Amino acid sequence: MLVRCLAIQGSWNYELMMGNGIGFCVEPALRRLPGGVDGTPYREALARQSAYFNAHPYLAGLAIGALARAEVDQVPPSRIVRFRTALCGPLGAVGDRLVWAAWLPACSLLALLLFGLGVSPYGVVASFLVVYNVGHFLLRDWALRAGWQHGLRVASALGHPVLQHGPRYIGRVAAVTGGLALPFAAHRAIGGGQLLSPIPLAVSVITPLLALLLVRAHGRIEGWRAVLYLLVAFALYSVVR
Amino acid sequence: MIVPSVITMELVPIALLAGVMGLDVVSFPQVMISRPVVSATIAGAFFGAPVAGLACGAALECLALESLPVGASRYSEWGSASVVAGAIAAQGASATSMPRPSQYVLAIVVGIGTAWVGGWTMVWLRRLIASFAHPRLEQLAAGHRRTVVGLQVFGMTADLARASLLGIAAYIPASALSAWSEMHWTIADGPTRAAVIAGVAAVAAAAVWNDFHAISGTRRLFLASLAVGTTLVALGV
Repeated sequence: MLVRCLAIQGSWNYELMMGNGIGFCVEPALRRLPGGVDGTPYREALARQSAYFNAHPYLAGLAIGALARAEVDQVPPSRIVRFRTALCGPLGAVGDRLVWAAWLPACSLLALLLFGLGVSPYGVVASFLVVYNVGHFLLRDWALRAGWQHGLRVASALGHPVLQHGPRYIGRVAAVTGGLALPFAAHRAIGGGQLLSPIPLAVSVITPLLALLLVRAHGRIEGWRAVLYLLVAFALYSVVR
Repeated sequence: MIVPSVITMELVPIALLAGVMGLDVVSFPQVMISRPVVSATIAGAFFGAPVAGLACGAALECLALESLPVGASRYSEWGSASVVAGAIAAQGASATSMPRPSQYVLAIVVGIGTAWVGGWTMVWLRRLIASFAHPRLEQLAAGHRRTVVGLQVFGMTADLARASLLGIAAYIPASALSAWSEMHWTIADGPTRAAVIAGVAAVAAAAVWNDFHAISGTRRLFLASLAVGTTLVALGV
């Protein structure tokens, strides 16, 4: 089931969201139901689990474990359906806060810091992938086990300190890492040199001004769009002058 | 036979890498090989210039920090885009050199553009999967195992094909433009790099500032560590 969880969003769409993925991941456990894959309990359970569902992909393991346990324990279907509906919101919100808004940016900023410190390309890539995926796989494994262990009482697992307080601590580490990473990474990318020489000095003056503009324009223009316009204008000037 | 040789040597690896990295964004296995710092570096390494790929990947990573893949929103698809960007950045670079100035700018522009288009192709893919699933809803409601597995396999295969085609479609014109811009580029290396880095570093700084605003003290920590980092760079540490 853990391996199948890696493909949980394989058929993500606007109609079922990751519902079919939940059915796909729970399916091996359902084979334990009376009659096996040809039995009515198996078919009814698979149909229930393949209906609309959405959650964070890493934390969906909590739902998968809990739903698999409930089906194997032959909990009444109406309770399973109610429980399944109730799980969608919290798993999405907690996972987004912990992974997409904290762990992933923290690891990205670490990679930028390593780049700035002159680590080799393979060293940067390997460090990023190892650090990120240690957290990733620990979370997926814990979620699946906790779901299976707690069954329909899995809501208590959402109170785990890492889920509750993790984003705060990771966010602080990311802020420090980001502050250190940006000057080092920018310095390496422009080819080094004394900070008081023209190019590094220009970068260290222009960058905070641009950042300030982007912060003030937050919500009105995306940074990538501004960079795109800037670089296209720069490239056109360079090739046509 | 130059054309088939170019196709084999460049387009096949681009298609494979773009497919795998694009698949990783959402469908399988989400281990973040699709992040620019990874995929651009790997693409650069594939074309013999890992340092140039990393420099391009680090710049795109600064931009990717701004768009978090939260929920069902439409976001840029950086996986296949970074493969194309890394391959462009590698053109004309040696194993240990940074990208050439025109290639650096073009790689970032192509990376951003491809990621933006890639975001739309993911929306179309999701609609395609929904339309594939629609006639099969009765079978899903009846608990057909083959339908559940088949839908999952269809979605992943379509995503792999989407990302591969996107990679090729972006690489062919970008590669031609790369050779042309190399010949006509007039601005020196230093100012070109400065323009790229000032832009992407500003986006990254604004992203960190905005992303962690809800956590008390993070902005002060960020400013303090920024000051420490800048001082260390100035001291030549």
